[in-house]
Amino acid sequence: MLASVVGVLFDGLAYGMLLFLLSVGLSVTLGMMNFVNLAHCSFAMVGGYAAVWLTGRFGWPFLAALPAAFLAGAAVSLVLERTLYRRLYRASDLDQCLFTIGIVFISVAVAAYFFGTIQQSIRTPPWLEGSFGAFGLSFSAYRLFLIVASLAVAALLVWSLERTRFGARVRAAVDNQRMARGLGIDVDRAFMITFALGGGLAGLGGALAVAMVGLDHQFAFTYLVYVLIVVAVGGLGSIGGSLAAAALLGISDMAGKYYFPWLGAFVIYLVMVGLLMWRPVGLFGKR
Amino acid sequence: MLSTRNVNKAFGSLIVASDITLEVPRGARHALIGPNGAGKTTLINLITGMLEPDSGAIVVGGEDVTSLKPEARVRRGLARTFQINALFPRLTALESVALAVLEREGRAHNWWRALPAFGPAIDEAHAILASLHIPAQKETRELAYGQQRLLEIALALATRPRILLLDEPAAGVPKDESQQLFTAIAGLSGELTVLFIEHDMDVVFRFASRIHVMVGGRILVEGTPAEIARDERVREVYLGRSHRAAA
Amino acid sequence: MRWHPLEAAFWLATLLPFVLAPSYLSLASQIAITALFALSLDLILGYAGLVSLGHAAYFGVGAYAAGLLSKYLFGEPLTGLAVSGLAAGGVGYLSSHVIVRFRHLALIMLTLGFGLLLFEAANSASALTGGADGLQGVAISPLLGFKFDLYGRTAYAYSLAVLFLCFLVCRRLIHSPLGLALRGIRENALRMPAIGAPSLAHLRMAYTVAAVMAGVAGALLTQTTSTVSLEVLSFGRSADVLVILILGGAGRLYGGILGAILYMVARDQLSDMNPQYWYFWIGLLLVAVVMFLPNGILGGASALYPKRQ
Repeated sequence: MLASVVGVLFDGLAYGMLLFLLSVGLSVTLGMMNFVNLAHCSFAMVGGYAAVWLTGRFGWPFLAALPAAFLAGAAVSLVLERTLYRRLYRASDLDQCLFTIGIVFISVAVAAYFFGTIQQSIRTPPWLEGSFGAFGLSFSAYRLFLIVASLAVAALLVWSLERTRFGARVRAAVDNQRMARGLGIDVDRAFMITFALGGGLAGLGGALAVAMVGLDHQFAFTYLVYVLIVVAVGGLGSIGGSLAAAALLGISDMAGKYYFPWLGAFVIYLVMVGLLMWRPVGLFGKR
Repeated sequence: MLSTRNVNKAFGSLIVASDITLEVPRGARHALIGPNGAGKTTLINLITGMLEPDSGAIVVGGEDVTSLKPEARVRRGLARTFQINALFPRLTALESVALAVLEREGRAHNWWRALPAFGPAIDEAHAILASLHIPAQKETRELAYGQQRLLEIALALATRPRILLLDEPAAGVPKDESQQLFTAIAGLSGELTVLFIEHDMDVVFRFASRIHVMVGGRILVEGTPAEIARDERVREVYLGRSHRAAA
Repeated sequence: MRWHPLEAAFWLATLLPFVLAPSYLSLASQIAITALFALSLDLILGYAGLVSLGHAAYFGVGAYAAGLLSKYLFGEPLTGLAVSGLAAGGVGYLSSHVIVRFRHLALIMLTLGFGLLLFEAANSASALTGGADGLQGVAISPLLGFKFDLYGRTAYAYSLAVLFLCFLVCRRLIHSPLGLALRGIRENALRMPAIGAPSLAHLRMAYTVAAVMAGVAGALLTQTTSTVSLEVLSFGRSADVLVILILGGAGRLYGGILGAILYMVARDQLSDMNPQYWYFWIGLLLVAVVMFLPNGILGGASALYPKRQ
């Protein structure tokens, strides 16, 4: 009994950490600019496919493909922001929604065109395959790696937000954009960099996702809902909120699948709806 | 008619209202003045219910309305205008005022009958607009700024208020359009209780029978226009210490 | 409230398929149903200003209600339609108490979540709904003596008549005091409480009416095709109707109808296209519409002709 609880917690946490990587960028950029970017998971997809391609076609080692996935996600999001997104900052929620849904459709079709509709797989190094034992249970090495890596990223993010000047500017812009501009902070530049960072993290998440949950052309859609739930529940602009919400969501989902398989994702949606009704700004949100 | 009792409001460490107690008797014309940032509009928001006080009470016509939503306070006869126009840009002046009249009558819920069927309400809207010389059929966004400020007042009047809160009615109105505004304010019914915020001292001294001075979230002093004009503390607030000698 | 000659011409033209394209009547009835669904979304989105990513919830409730009613009780279509509309309206009324209180991301998430919730619930309750296999045993009786034949004549006449009636209802609503109040909320939501308006109550009313209409559309689908599948509650359906409405132009009463015609005809003509590519073009269309034609086709058209007084 205890073994299964620990197992569910571990797997749930791993899944949650993956969701964190996928969501944190969206949470911060949404909090900063109120720009509803539903195409965020497309950046994850770019990173995922980049990693698959580099390791498969060019034989890159897995660990080298990860930063490449980050860069791919960052590059694509940067290009998109500079060319198209910045025209829509003042647009209505609906317009931003529709525009970015359009981008998702396009990215899904492009992925299908170049990579087909099959599930992708990725070669992970031997030391990440298999499992190791502890406390009489066996834990997947890959998932442990995922948890550790994500927590490290989270720590890095929080550190840079709290301790660097750039982080201070980002925090100011999230808190009060007008005031930040008034103080001479180049909000647009801060946003651009943050956006790229968020896209990069999503790309990294996408690359890490392949070995755990798989990757296909629909990825941008499939995980969009979960990412939105993490962001809405965790609160806009909050890294800690995203972390908590992602962990909560990951564990709930695993627990639901393990203990109440007939309910499916019902529990997740119910929890989200209930939570939003109680706290519309999310657990740690500001507005 | 309108009174606030020990109203307090703070946003974290920023105190915007500190122990505000004031009273405006029926039919009176009172002014609320003070430097920018003193908390005057915040007080209006507290009175109308757009903001909830941390403590204290708002009393309208003897009834404690502190827990009522803004719509409910409007039904009790409390109406306000906004410092920055809060109008319906693409509705015509007639549509805007007619909407306010229909809401007052509780008939805006009706979705089965066409608008023209509500003759009396539309006639009333026409009358209000005519009394303020606002063209009825023009879209709000096409009206001159002075006319828009008058429309602000028209909307408030359409609710048949007992108390009218005017937030800087003359703000931004060019000199050649302000005459109509003053005529309108002067023409307000004697039954109506009016509290207005203004920076223009000419307007204040012309219309107010009593003035409340607000500084830094608290009421500094209140009195008749003559008393306030003489009050040294008020001069200090507005003109600075160096001008005291010149008084 | 006067009818523009173009409007009269349009509605007369909807009778043409009976004569000019009798082999396409099934498609025509599908278009009418989709148009009705889009019209109901227009009430919520175009007039009340609420962004909903889960409108299919009410469509699905109506569809399943009609199916279940015909399976277990009786298959008479008109009463089935009324009951389904009421069922969807009930769900709409209840959910509106929560939904209309929110905006921006919270509203988007709530409507999305609500739609997904219902989908999952229907999926899980497979004993009742048939789950992923769809509802079996839907038995629709003839409509006023006319059987629902394979040619789709009865289906189209039925769908068209219901569409027109609901359109009339919408038209009345828009020109009524509630319609004016909705415009007021859209123009300046902040001002409404200051004129004593119970905005939330107004929004709930509009939302409920829209839910009834969506339910009626769903019931029509069940009754004209004698099938109900989970797809009626899917996010795909919510997204499609949103695309359709935006394409035609929200807040213009005919936008949903126009969008439905264009979308469904295009999809039918291009039905041999790989579904991936279909969504590529839809995506591109969405991007283009937002960038260049934010008020949809009708919006763009009205910009070309100055507004008449």
